Amino acid sequence: MGEFLTRLRNDKIGLMGLIGVLLICIIGLLAPFIAPHNPTEIFNEYRLVSPNSQFLLGTDDLGRDILSRIIYGAQVSLMVGLIAVGIGAGFGLLFGLLAGYFQGVIDNIIMRVMDVLFAFPDLLLALAIVAVLGPNLKNTMIAIGLVFIPVFTRLVRSSVISVKEMEYVTNAKSIGASHFRIIVRHLTPNILAPFLVQITLALSSAILAEAALSFLGLGIQPPDPSWGSMLNTSRKFMEIAPWTAIFPAVFIIFTIFCFNLLGDSLRDIFDPRLKDQ
Amino acid sequence: MKTENILEVTDLKTYFFRGKKIFKAVDGVSFHIEKGETLCIVGESGSGKSITSLSIMGLIPEPGGRIESGSITFDGKDLTSITKKEMMSIRGNDVSMIFQEPMTSLNPVLTIGFQVMEPLIEHRKWKKKNAKEKAIELLNMVGIARADEIFHSYPHQLSGGMRQRVMIAIAISCDPKLLIADEPTTALDVTIQAQILDLLRTIKDDIDSSILLITHDLGVVAEMASRVIVMYGGQIVEEATVEEIFDFPKHPYTKGLLGSVPKLEEERDRLIQIKGIVPSADKYPKGCRFAPRCKFARSECFDNEIMLRKVNSKHFVRCVLYDDPLVKIKEEKK
Repeated sequence: MGEFLTRLRNDKIGLMGLIGVLLICIIGLLAPFIAPHNPTEIFNEYRLVSPNSQFLLGTDDLGRDILSRIIYGAQVSLMVGLIAVGIGAGFGLLFGLLAGYFQGVIDNIIMRVMDVLFAFPDLLLALAIVAVLGPNLKNTMIAIGLVFIPVFTRLVRSSVISVKEMEYVTNAKSIGASHFRIIVRHLTPNILAPFLVQITLALSSAILAEAALSFLGLGIQPPDPSWGSMLNTSRKFMEIAPWTAIFPAVFIIFTIFCFNLLGDSLRDIFDPRLKDQ
Repeated sequence: MKTENILEVTDLKTYFFRGKKIFKAVDGVSFHIEKGETLCIVGESGSGKSITSLSIMGLIPEPGGRIESGSITFDGKDLTSITKKEMMSIRGNDVSMIFQEPMTSLNPVLTIGFQVMEPLIEHRKWKKKNAKEKAIELLNMVGIARADEIFHSYPHQLSGGMRQRVMIAIAISCDPKLLIADEPTTALDVTIQAQILDLLRTIKDDIDSSILLITHDLGVVAEMASRVIVMYGGQIVEEATVEEIFDFPKHPYTKGLLGSVPKLEEERDRLIQIKGIVPSADKYPKGCRFAPRCKFARSECFDNEIMLRKVNSKHFVRCVLYDDPLVKIKEEKK
């Protein structure tokens, strides 16, 4: 872990990504303290006001403070990101380990189901799931999480298959270690690097997917703030009040950008071929 | 006096199935290991020696491979008929194995200490504290200095020889009755090889176990073995005590192997080579499997399967030449 941090410190771009991600997290966590207004409070006489000293980033069509909504939206985005990726990564790890380690019938069953899930375009699948379950925060997270399961399963399975053939796994078998022990103690730590990289990259797509779903009106429902739904409502006033679209979009781009920077640099850090450089 | 056998392998057949092809990696191998003995299996790559050892460990790569028939009796139990769970409790406990590649046989993300303690925790259900004491004692026993420090190191911080010592420490942690070493010194340089072999010898006596040593290095055989089995094409072609193998080899293949090793006392222009390669395990010749490469092959060699012939109580050979009185006389005259 210490070695990991030193290497991250030497990687300026990755460090920037990490700082950006931490910044968003802090904004989300401290939302109740730093938001200047209540995100759902309506100031009737201040509709579509351009940025000024009272409303730093302006107000939307109902007279709500955009800055406060963005700050609270960060909470939603991060929560959706973390929980959706948690669902995807958790089940993906479990299925991937089982499929890769036992192979044979179990592998076939798991991977064929994953192939079916893979056959749908990501967003379409999420849309379908939300449409069935009904649009709200919880179902959005479940839908995005489900979409991620096959991605993680494939990744974990392929890593497991390559690690499984290593001599130290045969060696672990030769000392009589149980399947459970081999999977938990010997395989899992050795596949963690690509897995963690995938998690950071998946976080950014999850946040993006939530924005997209909310933009389409199937994600977070009004009046709860979400970057995607803010973009959606701003469509109608884009010409007369561009700030309603620009600021949520900037935050989405910034967050995704930071997560991607972090993911890319993690990939470099975990790549053993680059280790000694 | 009849000595007790720790391991008896009878007519072991381990096949691999790929599509319609059957690879007879081990095809009717029988041998035994006496208590306290070191038995060497020698052979080229693909002769079935490693698969024989994996069969004993119950670690045949699945799916695709399985023990077709035969029995492996270890300490009175038939290992081919017990459950996977029972096998797990034997592996690493009563029988343990040392692999060829010390560089890749240790898990890179776990400490040396964790890996040495693992069998103790898994088999003996020891508490971590006791296991740690024992692990450090084991590391000392295999000749690792600063064992306390090494306990907390990771494999990449150790040299190849050190790692092989760690592997031995792991293998002997539960005082196994049988130690299988699959080319334990192949990946090491010569001075380290000698040290590791020395270590194996002393350890064997210390913990009172037997060793099955798989190798293609006849130097290692001469140094370690009490008896030798020569394998070719999934079969045993010759079995004898180490003295007889080196002084009176009977099978043309054994002679070829011995002829391909340089000797200090003789001056030779060229080493003798055995022409050709080991036949693939899915298409063995009908008769003697070595016949296509054998200088002395006759028509009868190609027709019928050749059985093992008894030379004396401890020497067996799978060759028709041995039946020929002329050859016998020639040998004795020499």
